[in-house]
Amino acid sequence: MAVLLETRNLIKHFHGVQAVNGIDLAITAGRCFGLLGPNGAGKTTTVEMLEGIRQPTSGDIRYRGEPLGPRFRQEVGIMFQSTALQDHVTGRENLRMFGHFYHRTLPAAELIAACALGEFLDRDTRKLSGGQRQRLLLAIALVNDPELIFLDEPTTGLDPQARRNFWELIHRIKARGKTILLTTHYMEEAYQLCDEIAIMDHGRIIAQGTPRELLASHFDDVVLQLPLEDFPDPAPVLPMTVIRGRDTVELLSHDVNSAIQALLAQDISLARLLIRPRTLEDLFLELTGRDLRS
Amino acid sequence: MNLKRFWAVFVCRNWEFLRDRSTLTWNLLFPLCLIVGFAFAFSGPGLAPYQVGVLNGADASDNAFLKTQQIQFIPVTDLPAALTKVERHQLDMLFDPNGRRYWINDESPKGYLLERILRGAEAQTAFSKQTVSGRLIRYVDWVLPGVLAMNMMFSCLFGIGYVIVRYRKSGMLKRLKATPLTPLEFLSAQVASRWWLTLATTVVVFIGTDAFIGFPMHGSYFDLFLVFAIGALSLISLGMIVAARTTSEELAGGLLNLLSWPMTFLSGVWFSLEGIHPFLRQCAQLLPLTHMIDAARAIMIDGAGLMAISGHLLVLALMSLLFMAAGAWAFRWE
Repeated sequence: MAVLLETRNLIKHFHGVQAVNGIDLAITAGRCFGLLGPNGAGKTTTVEMLEGIRQPTSGDIRYRGEPLGPRFRQEVGIMFQSTALQDHVTGRENLRMFGHFYHRTLPAAELIAACALGEFLDRDTRKLSGGQRQRLLLAIALVNDPELIFLDEPTTGLDPQARRNFWELIHRIKARGKTILLTTHYMEEAYQLCDEIAIMDHGRIIAQGTPRELLASHFDDVVLQLPLEDFPDPAPVLPMTVIRGRDTVELLSHDVNSAIQALLAQDISLARLLIRPRTLEDLFLELTGRDLRS
Repeated sequence: MNLKRFWAVFVCRNWEFLRDRSTLTWNLLFPLCLIVGFAFAFSGPGLAPYQVGVLNGADASDNAFLKTQQIQFIPVTDLPAALTKVERHQLDMLFDPNGRRYWINDESPKGYLLERILRGAEAQTAFSKQTVSGRLIRYVDWVLPGVLAMNMMFSCLFGIGYVIVRYRKSGMLKRLKATPLTPLEFLSAQVASRWWLTLATTVVVFIGTDAFIGFPMHGSYFDLFLVFAIGALSLISLGMIVAARTTSEELAGGLLNLLSWPMTFLSGVWFSLEGIHPFLRQCAQLLPLTHMIDAARAIMIDGAGLMAISGHLLVLALMSLLFMAAGAWAFRWE
């Protein structure tokens, strides 16, 4: 499929700090591309440059093969993590205002139905709940029926129900063939929504591919998880890697059957054993480390 | 310049202002209360300009000095307490008719004048008294154009300067930057919205004040509207300079106060500039509010026509262009 947005050797310096350090990306039309990374990795700076609201120090960004220009502004929709809307103005009036900025707009009824705005559309935006506000901001991002949609941590601060509802909305947008660039701190969200992800750290992309490809290329084991109190201390000698956490012990093994036999041989209770495959969160922590970031 | 985008921002900004009841009420009621308050305070005989304490003066009512008009004589019995009041300018003079003595504070200009009055000064018999025969106006009539213009100044400066900074801080400007909206369209819409809202508010206040206290209007309403229209534009443009890049509401508030307070005191809102230092009088000519007030007073009180105030209009128009160009040039979404 055609590449919609691509960057070559994208660099951004801030007062001597190299926030983005030579990034090459190619976002394919019709796919959901996830950009992940710990705080301070350069993710927001990268996305802001891709959105055209921050100028790179050097490098090239092209939309449909051309530098970002008026056509790009007309064809993209952006949902920032936190955007204030005008006070004393309703959702409907906000939609109308943003709609007037573009040559092409979606019919209001379609937008209202797609983002389930009906119940609060005529309410002052100050009186919306977190989930309602995010749905309205998504509707504003979609008002011009964009080809490319930037979603910057769209579900941060939402409760689990609102988050899953939001995922459903994203699935519907994907089903219409739209291209999405998503940043998120929720690995499950990235796994659920993204066709391809890139993990950034220290201003560089350190891994890129589909979630399955990335997991397969980095892990060939599974995790056996036991409550800490069910595991002997000191740990017995076992033919697997043992990671002792605060409440649990994780055992990494390529062969579940032999791992279970080894545990039974040590008289370790398996009543509360949990076996799970490796996740994006494991991959994220493996690649970016477990140290606390600011 | 895309008019559809301009109009969309203009309409939303209008709704935001008109639905904010507290702001709207403040914009309408504050100047009305101020002017009505002045009318009340300066009605009737008014406040005497001098206060003199009279020590044990009950049996001295035939004293010639105590019959002087425009002096408020206040009976006192406690000499030390009364002297303290003179020291602190709470009394301009303490007069003891029985002891044939008086006290003044040498630092008090009013005390000095009272002393001259008391001692009869030098008889200026060579001069004959004349009475002014022109239009006699009340202080409130004189102060009204200033209060109206001052209210417009606060509305224009803070309505643009503070609001745009708030938009920037809250991330709204960043969101607008990500759309096809241009800075020119955004700023024009903000200016246009604040401009007509300020003028409409002033018209309502003008009519309301006239209904309450009545005041003379010797010139043309159109000319007055023109002065306020161009004056408002110059003040809004000045607010745009503050809003151009400031990211902190606190700093914006400080900068706007830095602009508005000197104008409040140096532009002749409350008192005539005739008596101030010549340098300050020159400085006042650099302030748009001075030209607005001078032109408005000339129209309302003296019935001046457009030609007579054309100098003020020209200065206001030039200031508007200069400030707007500077504000637009310096403007950043973030």
